[in-house]
Amino acid sequence: MTLTPPSPAQPAAVFEYAPAPESRSIVDIAPSYGLFIDGEFVDGSGEAMKTVNPATEEVLSEVAVGTDADVDRAVKAARRAFTRVWGPMRPADRGKYLFRIARLLQERAREFAVLESLDNGKPIRESRDVDVPLAAAHFFYHAGWADKLEHAGLGPAPRPLGVAGQVIPWNFPLLMLAWKVAPALATGNTVVLKPAETTPLTALLFAEVCRQADLPPGVVNIVTGAGDTGRAVVEHDDVDKVAFTGSTEVGRSIARAVAGTRKKLTLELGGKAANIVFDDAPIDQAVEGIVQGIFFNQGHVCCAGSRLLVQENVHDEVIAALQRRLGTLRVGDPLDKNTDLGAINSAEQLARIRELSDIGEAEGATRWQPSCELPDRGFWFPPTVFTGVSAAHRIARDEVFGPVLSVLTFRTPDEAIAKANNSTYGLSAGIWSEKGSRILAIADKLRAGVVWANTFNQFDPTSPFGGYKQSGYGREGGRHGLAAYLRSEDQ
Amino acid sequence: MTHVLDPDALTADTPPRREPPSPYADVTRSESAFRAFLHGLPGVDQVGASSRVAMLGTRSIKTTSKAWAIDTAISMVDLTTLEGADTPGKVRSLAAKARRPDPSDPGCPPVAAVCVYGDLAGIAKEALTGTGINVAAVATAFPSGRASLAVKLADVREAVANGADEIDMVIDRGAFLSGRYLDVYDEIVAVKEACGDAHLKVILETGELVTLDAVRRASWLAMLAGGDFIKTSTGKVSPAATLPVCLVMLEAVRDFRAATGRQVGVKPAGGIRTTKDAIKHLVLVNETAGPDWLTPDWFRLGASSLLNDLLLQRQKLRTGHYSGPDHVSVD
Repeated sequence: MTLTPPSPAQPAAVFEYAPAPESRSIVDIAPSYGLFIDGEFVDGSGEAMKTVNPATEEVLSEVAVGTDADVDRAVKAARRAFTRVWGPMRPADRGKYLFRIARLLQERAREFAVLESLDNGKPIRESRDVDVPLAAAHFFYHAGWADKLEHAGLGPAPRPLGVAGQVIPWNFPLLMLAWKVAPALATGNTVVLKPAETTPLTALLFAEVCRQADLPPGVVNIVTGAGDTGRAVVEHDDVDKVAFTGSTEVGRSIARAVAGTRKKLTLELGGKAANIVFDDAPIDQAVEGIVQGIFFNQGHVCCAGSRLLVQENVHDEVIAALQRRLGTLRVGDPLDKNTDLGAINSAEQLARIRELSDIGEAEGATRWQPSCELPDRGFWFPPTVFTGVSAAHRIARDEVFGPVLSVLTFRTPDEAIAKANNSTYGLSAGIWSEKGSRILAIADKLRAGVVWANTFNQFDPTSPFGGYKQSGYGREGGRHGLAAYLRSEDQ
Repeated sequence: MTHVLDPDALTADTPPRREPPSPYADVTRSESAFRAFLHGLPGVDQVGASSRVAMLGTRSIKTTSKAWAIDTAISMVDLTTLEGADTPGKVRSLAAKARRPDPSDPGCPPVAAVCVYGDLAGIAKEALTGTGINVAAVATAFPSGRASLAVKLADVREAVANGADEIDMVIDRGAFLSGRYLDVYDEIVAVKEACGDAHLKVILETGELVTLDAVRRASWLAMLAGGDFIKTSTGKVSPAATLPVCLVMLEAVRDFRAATGRQVGVKPAGGIRTTKDAIKHLVLVNETAGPDWLTPDWFRLGASSLLNDLLLQRQKLRTGHYSGPDHVSVD
């Protein structure tokens, strides 16, 4: 007998998800923005720049560009706030401001999420479920530290450094702001922050939150602009501490500029993380982890798992499962709640991804992409997997910073370790195995700041984050992150 | 093993064990081979499985896709009553509801099956003849499964004789948990044979297996033994159907078809009460096993109260406003 159940009202069709766009009416984008200096929005002296929605190329707003003179005003405001208000303030009171900011971030979470997706191109699911909640968590976490710094193991009475000059990237605009601003303020420093050129809007909304929280003027100053503005912040004489997240190339020039000065420096730079899948891994979850590792945030993640090292005896199985899974990845409108992969942040970045992918093919690796329709306007790149990659290929060595995975194989644990460590970077790594002893043994030998086991791209404010080698130095988050903003008695 | 009714069951005269489909024909050749095979299946990371279903739970299913999902879910319901107090009247009333779930709307699809105890299968059959709605009967000493094989097989034969189109059996969890996998396998094979033409759903009772590794092994075991469907739960043990369990079972049927060419259905049962839950399950099917499973032939929802919530949501989509529990029939 063949079973003949009743057919559904409509014949079995593909389960199409109707568009489910998040409304953008919650955000109110001004036609133009000034610089946020000493608690006020003021005009910039440079020629204003435009910020666009990378998913549509629509101009969202005009944003002021800070010149050396603007940066100088911002640093002076920060210095004043440090010496007169923020530095002398009771630590518990500083904590209150941070708690207030954290709560405001939560209250205005949807606004921040929509604005972040508009300006950056990342899917609303990620800005809503990852970026914004984590940013608030960083403020909550550091708010708690504000009056407990003498118990942080950094000396009996650690003191703030003064004015922190901070330059952040475009991949997690609000979250990187939180990573920088929250520890600086909790430890009693004041801040001059330069957001990325292509993604200034959430930082400017954050400036509004600072006002809403009645944060004293000058404690947080936000100076928008491009590379020159960033250089002015880093090179300003009255800055005591420089914190930078971004490319290794820029990081190197910052290290040069800061060398020989009294400035303390932390750098969080590029990466080319190895995601190592052993043959005893939970395969279905490993495939999810590979996807999360390289396609989270379009691969615009410094700790992205861009090199998949898979044990040779499960290579075919893993790649088949990965390709099947990528067929279900939903690419498109970042504001659609069902989108998994959004837009590439800029035309410039798209060109770099294309160039490195073409080189990958030219060098002999095999490119695979699922069939997916990309929108006509905006900057898009389909999820891409390169197989047959050798450790000598550029796509195995250079940071692509896009949704491009390079697959390499290994036969023994030693080979996996050697290949994983064979990189000029050392930011993160992943290990997939059901064997706990193996995970611990391998993790011990990987030269990477973060090693994830049976997961990938998980972040928490309590956990220090930072790199080995050309991935930078210093740690952000946790107790270690506080050290970067404090001076102990003997210093 | 003592079989009170048939002391000679599964003794030396037992015919050779039925082999699983190729390429797994040899995995049941011995207890140790079968154990090695089942334990060689890739492990399941509980945290990863939970985060995957949590992510899929954020899928936003609106307007036309919601309407499609609700109708599809209704057509997949195995409308169930498994109470000691069940009567012919109760079963007839359920059958009437199965045919026309929403009396106010003839466009509402019927459900897939009515699920009852075996002794009431005849009543259900009579009430559903000619409707295309199947009668499913639970058997094999449901829900505990603690009886001899002979009693279980008699239970199955009686349900089939009463007109059941589908048999929902329970596996011997005791045997499974103590590692006697071939005993479980042989029992499923025997029940499948006793089913004749009736389709066999194998209830794993995942709430008693507890770990997702065990769920994956039990799923493969049931598929190798010839089950047409694998089903999560009896509904008598908590937790019943959960999304991570359903995920692992959907991965199993997907992988099993890829390896053997044979498609097996999945039925989460128990604990699915709201339209939201049902839609989460459909999304899980769609993005795990794929659209081939999105029909009542291959995916069922074992439930009772779920149907009324689906009907209320369906009315809401149609009329634009919520009605209330008095606008759908009590069971």
